[in-house]
Amino acid sequence: METKYNDILFKEKLVSLFNEHRRKIGFNDTGQMSALRDNAFETFEKTGFPHTKIEDWRNTNLKNVFAHNYNVLFEAQADKPDIEKIFQCNIHNFDTHIIALYNGWYLSEDKHLITLPNGTIIGSLAQAVKEYPELVEKHYNKYADINENGLIALNTAFAQDGIFIYVPDGVETYKTIQIVNILDRDDKLFIQNKNLIIVGKNAKLTFLHCDDSYNYNRSFTNTVTEVFIDEGAVVDHYKLQNLNDSSALINTTYFHLEKESKLTSNAITLNGGLIRNKSNVILAGKKGKANIYGLYLVDKEQHIDNRVFVDHAESDCDSDELFKGIADDNATAVFNGHILVRKDSQKTNASQTNRNIQLTDKATVFSKPFLEIYADDVKCSHGATVGQLDEEALFYIKSRGIGEYDAKLLLLYAFAAKVINKISVEALRENIDDLVKKRLRGELAICDMCVLQCKTQEKTYEFEIDLSKI
Amino acid sequence: MLKIKDLQVSINGKTILRGLNLEVNKGEVHAIMGPNGTGKSTLANVIAGKPGYHIDKGEIIYKGKNILEMPPEVRAQEGIFLGFQYPVEIPGVSMTNFMRTAINEHRKYKGLDPMSAGEFLKLMKEKQKLVEIQAKLTNRSVNEGFSGGEKKKNEIFQMAMLEPNLAILDETDSGLDIDALKIVANGVNKLRTKENATIVITHYQRLLDYIVPDFVHVLFDGKIVKSGGKELALVLEEKGYEWIKDESSK
Repeated sequence: METKYNDILFKEKLVSLFNEHRRKIGFNDTGQMSALRDNAFETFEKTGFPHTKIEDWRNTNLKNVFAHNYNVLFEAQADKPDIEKIFQCNIHNFDTHIIALYNGWYLSEDKHLITLPNGTIIGSLAQAVKEYPELVEKHYNKYADINENGLIALNTAFAQDGIFIYVPDGVETYKTIQIVNILDRDDKLFIQNKNLIIVGKNAKLTFLHCDDSYNYNRSFTNTVTEVFIDEGAVVDHYKLQNLNDSSALINTTYFHLEKESKLTSNAITLNGGLIRNKSNVILAGKKGKANIYGLYLVDKEQHIDNRVFVDHAESDCDSDELFKGIADDNATAVFNGHILVRKDSQKTNASQTNRNIQLTDKATVFSKPFLEIYADDVKCSHGATVGQLDEEALFYIKSRGIGEYDAKLLLLYAFAAKVINKISVEALRENIDDLVKKRLRGELAICDMCVLQCKTQEKTYEFEIDLSKI
Repeated sequence: MLKIKDLQVSINGKTILRGLNLEVNKGEVHAIMGPNGTGKSTLANVIAGKPGYHIDKGEIIYKGKNILEMPPEVRAQEGIFLGFQYPVEIPGVSMTNFMRTAINEHRKYKGLDPMSAGEFLKLMKEKQKLVEIQAKLTNRSVNEGFSGGEKKKNEIFQMAMLEPNLAILDETDSGLDIDALKIVANGVNKLRTKENATIVITHYQRLLDYIVPDFVHVLFDGKIVKSGGKELALVLEEKGYEWIKDESSK
C-alpha cells in the first residue's frame, strides 16, 4: 500500500474542499477576481506546498504543520465573541481604531465597512468588493505573485475575507489603525486571509497588525497582505506577534512603493510555534524609501523565519534593513535578505544588517544576506552576525555587583532595544518595550486577552526603578 | 583587609603568577609596578573574580573570608572594585540605568531598600561633581563612544558611586594626558578614607606623583620581588626595571 505524505494528503483535502465549495468561496467575487481564483487554484494544484528542497524554504519545514487535521470555515461564524472584551485590547495611552478578524472573518457589531470623517475607509475586504468593486479590482492581486510559492496561490484561491483600508489622496490618518487577528476555537483551524491596503498620493497611514492567540489550540494561518503606497505617501507598519507554541503563521506582505513614498515596517515577534514573515518590497518609483526592521525572540522549539526581498526597480531609492534576534533553548531563527538593484537603478543606497544571539548550543541560526547588483553607481552594504553574549561585557557588569541573571538580561535588552527604538509612535514603543522586557524575563504568557493589555493589568516595567523586577 | 598567600595562577596552561604574597590593610595605598607581561593585570582580574583563570595554589583572604569561590558580583557587593584597564563599551545600557541597578544590588546585599529615583539622581550629581565628570556622560550608553580619558574618568565615577572598601585600579593612567591624569588622581585622593584601601597598578611612576602610595611593590615573573616605600618608585623611574631583573635572577 502506498503511504502518502501529510502534505499530499492535506493538498488533496484542500483540492476537494475547493471543488466542493467553489461557489460559496467565490459568492462575492467580481468576474476578474473569480478568474484569478481559478487560475491560482490551478497553480496550486500544479505546484503543491513549498518544501525544503526549494531554496527559499530550505530552513523552514512545514511537514509538522501539515500533520494535523484542520477545519476551514467558508462562512463567518454565527456566534460572536464579546466585542467589549476584544475592544479592551487597546494600548495604554494609545488611541487607535481597532478592527478585528475573528477566526478569519471580519468582526463588527453592525457595519462591515466604515468611512471615517476624513474619508478613510476601513473594514472588511469582502464588503469592500461589494461596495467599491472598481477600487478593489484596480489593486487586488496586482502586487502578490501566485507563482512565488504554492501558499500564495492557495491563499488567492481560498481567501474570502480580510482587512481593507483605503486612505484617499492627501489624507493623513493621525489615529493608528490597529488590526487584531483573533483565533479562538476548540478545533484546529486553517485560516487564509487577504488584506488590501491602499494609501493615496501624499497620504499618511500608521497601522499595527497584531497576531494573538487566545488559547493554546493549534492553528495554521496563511495570510497575504498587499500594500499599495502611492506617490509621496508615508506608511508606518507595525507587526506584533504573540502566538501560542502550537500555532503556525505564514505571513506574506507585498509593499509597492511609488515615487517619493516612504515605508517603515517593524515586525516584533514575541512568541509563536512556527512563523514565517516574508516582506516583498518594490521601490517602483524614484526617491522611494523603505525601512524594514524586525526583532524576534524565540525559545523552546519555536521557529522564526524572516525574509525580506527589496527590489530597487528605480533609481535614487534608499532601503535600510535591520533584523535582530535572540534564539534560546532549541529554537531556530532564519533570516534571508535579498536586495536586487536593477541595471538602471543608479544612486541606490541600500543597507542590510542581521544580528543574532544564540544563547544555547542547541539553538540554531541561519542568516543569509544576498545582494544582487546590476547598476554601477550604488552604495550597498550588508552584515550578518551570529554570536554569544559578550563575555567581557558580562564580567564588567558583574564586577559592579550585578548578578549573572540580571547582567545577561541587561545585555539582551540592550541588544533588542536598537530595534525597539526605531518605533516612532511613542506610546507603542513604550508598550512594546514593556512586552520585550517581560518576554526576556520569561513572564510573557499568552494572555486571555490581547497581550497589549498587559500594561493596564499591572504596573509598568522599568529597569531603572524596580530592581526586583529585573 | 586583604591577604594574598602563595598565589599561583595559570591561564590556558601557562603559569602567570608564581607564588605571590601581598598584605593590604585599611587606610593604605599600595602601588604595584613592574614591566609588561609580569602578571599585574592577572592579579587585578583574579582578585575581582574574572573567569578564565585557573588558581593552582594559594588563597586570597578578604575581610577574613577566602573569596576565591565567590562570584564576581558578590565580591563587588563585599566592597571590591576593579577599575578596568580597558573599560568595556556596552551599547544600549545607559550609565544611569547601569549604576542604579548596581547601587541597588549593593543595597539589597546589605539588606537595605532600593534607593528612590530622587535620591539616586542626587547622589549621581554629587559624585559627578566630585570626580569632575560632565553630566552628558551619564545619559549615554556605558562607555559607548567615550574617549580614552572619558572611559577612565567613568571608572573613577563608578568607584565614587559604589564606595568600595578595596579599590584596584588597573593601569588607570594608561592613555591619559596630564590634565585627565590629574582629574583621575584627584578623584581617587578624594575618595581615600581611613577605612578603605587602594591598590594602584601602574607601569610608570608618573601617576604616583599624584596618588602617593604608602607601599610600592615590584612584580616580576609572577612574584613580588621587591617592596618598599614611595621612594622605591623613584628608584625604578631612574634605573628602570633592569636592575630588578638582574637582582632577582641572582
